[in-house]
Amino acid sequence: MSGGAGGAPSAADAAERAARESYGRLVAWLAYQWRDVAAAEDALATALARALERWPGDGVPSAPDAWLLSVARRELLQAARHQRLHDSPEVQAVLARDELDDTAPAVPDSRLKLLFVCAHPAIDASIRPALMLQVVLGLDAQVVAQAMLASPAAMAQRLVRAKQKIRDAGLRFEEPESGQLPERLHAVLEAIYAAYGLGWDAAGTEIGSADETPSVGLRSEALFLGGLVQRLLPGEPEAAGLLALMLFCEARTAARLDERGDFVPLQEQDASRWDRAAIEQAERLLWQASQHRAPGPFQIEAAIQSAHCQRLFHGQTPWRAVAMLYGQLLAMAPSVGAQVAHAVAWAQAGELARARELLQAIDHPRLDAHQPYWVARAHMARLAGDRPEATRCIKRAMDLTSAPAVRRHLLSRLADG
Amino acid sequence: MQFMLLFYNTAENQTPPTDPAAAQAYFGAWGAYMGALKEAGVSINGDGLKPPHTATTLRVRNGKRQVQDGPFADSKEQLGGYFVIEVESLDEALEWAARSPTAPTGAVEVRPVMVAGARK
Repeated sequence: MSGGAGGAPSAADAAERAARESYGRLVAWLAYQWRDVAAAEDALATALARALERWPGDGVPSAPDAWLLSVARRELLQAARHQRLHDSPEVQAVLARDELDDTAPAVPDSRLKLLFVCAHPAIDASIRPALMLQVVLGLDAQVVAQAMLASPAAMAQRLVRAKQKIRDAGLRFEEPESGQLPERLHAVLEAIYAAYGLGWDAAGTEIGSADETPSVGLRSEALFLGGLVQRLLPGEPEAAGLLALMLFCEARTAARLDERGDFVPLQEQDASRWDRAAIEQAERLLWQASQHRAPGPFQIEAAIQSAHCQRLFHGQTPWRAVAMLYGQLLAMAPSVGAQVAHAVAWAQAGELARARELLQAIDHPRLDAHQPYWVARAHMARLAGDRPEATRCIKRAMDLTSAPAVRRHLLSRLADG
Repeated sequence: MQFMLLFYNTAENQTPPTDPAAAQAYFGAWGAYMGALKEAGVSINGDGLKPPHTATTLRVRNGKRQVQDGPFADSKEQLGGYFVIEVESLDEALEWAARSPTAPTGAVEVRPVMVAGARK
């Protein structure tokens, strides 16, 4: 697994990527025509199975996508006829298409439409990342469930329910109107970022075999989706911002664990182990995004990561800039995670009193269960010379950590006092 | 597609206010909303309902009628009225739901109507 940053992609990766491109395009086009994601997936699965039967003997057709599409369409029609519904407008649309089949050179790219459907406000936000991974990339429910640490049966059921909602509730299969676009695009980007974050969460629980875990796959799938949206919407700076953000995080993968497999916090990472090429690529994307002069939360988050990566080039982190960027982020998209990071950045910038004040001012019902909050409190207590308080806070943080690599890291903190 | 918009609200937000100025604003808002639906040509039908205390709920169990005083669900927010509209998609139905006088204080449930002969 190439995992996005790092080594060159192998031929197998390239083939897999091409298959995924193809699959996503075909499902998206069929789902768009048919307004039914599950039926489109079933029909394409049948077409793929038939291709596996036929192609080895008959040879691969000159336009494999068109071949698959025409078989899938016939499959959809047959199902519709079976239900004696062939006079419905959707069936007529497919029938009309069927005539100019087989030679059709390119399948129109409807994947963006499908991403907007998957992240529609009428679809429960917590299932959107899984839905996108399955519908647009063709990951099966088992793999999605494993990567998201959910039970396969429950995940499959939730995905089925979401597709039923898409089919029956009358969701629009078009890109949103311009007035709605920023909000709807943000939902798409958030779901992609959530998939990426889940990849990290899962990676943290299985240290030592990080390259073998499906979570690494999930991160690269999220990067693929982020790249796709950025290519399909080149004029949207937030799409470029999200891609830059993920690339910055990805660039630091190798330095996140030490040789024993223990977690290393960002400010203690060996910057020479960061992926310089990936950082430079992210910088270019972020610069392009900034040319639109339309900042948004993903661009600000990317800018924060960019500031952290400055350490590779200048040997130190511009903490004051990081703190101010967090301030901007909080004005746009308040979250408890950003509030904690904001306070920590001021502490690192040498303004401990201000930092402790900010940390104390956080008002959140589940703050006590937020692990980074306790790590931040411990850090500030130690800076202030209050060792008993630091120890108490680290213990709280450990109780809230399930990832062994992070627990071992916190344990070492405890030993350091 | 046809969608039913079901307007749920608390009793105090649902009944027309007794204060004349507030009542005028209340009926004005609904009048404007119904006018907009009509003008857009999306309105099929719809009505306001009398308050929840006028409701009677019936079940037949083992062939016997069980009649209960009051609405089906005993919740803070009650069904106060409905519209059936004809639009292209859920997205447009949600637009209309958002414009209703109920949206800022109560909730609007949006459900596709099963139309005989349609595919789903």
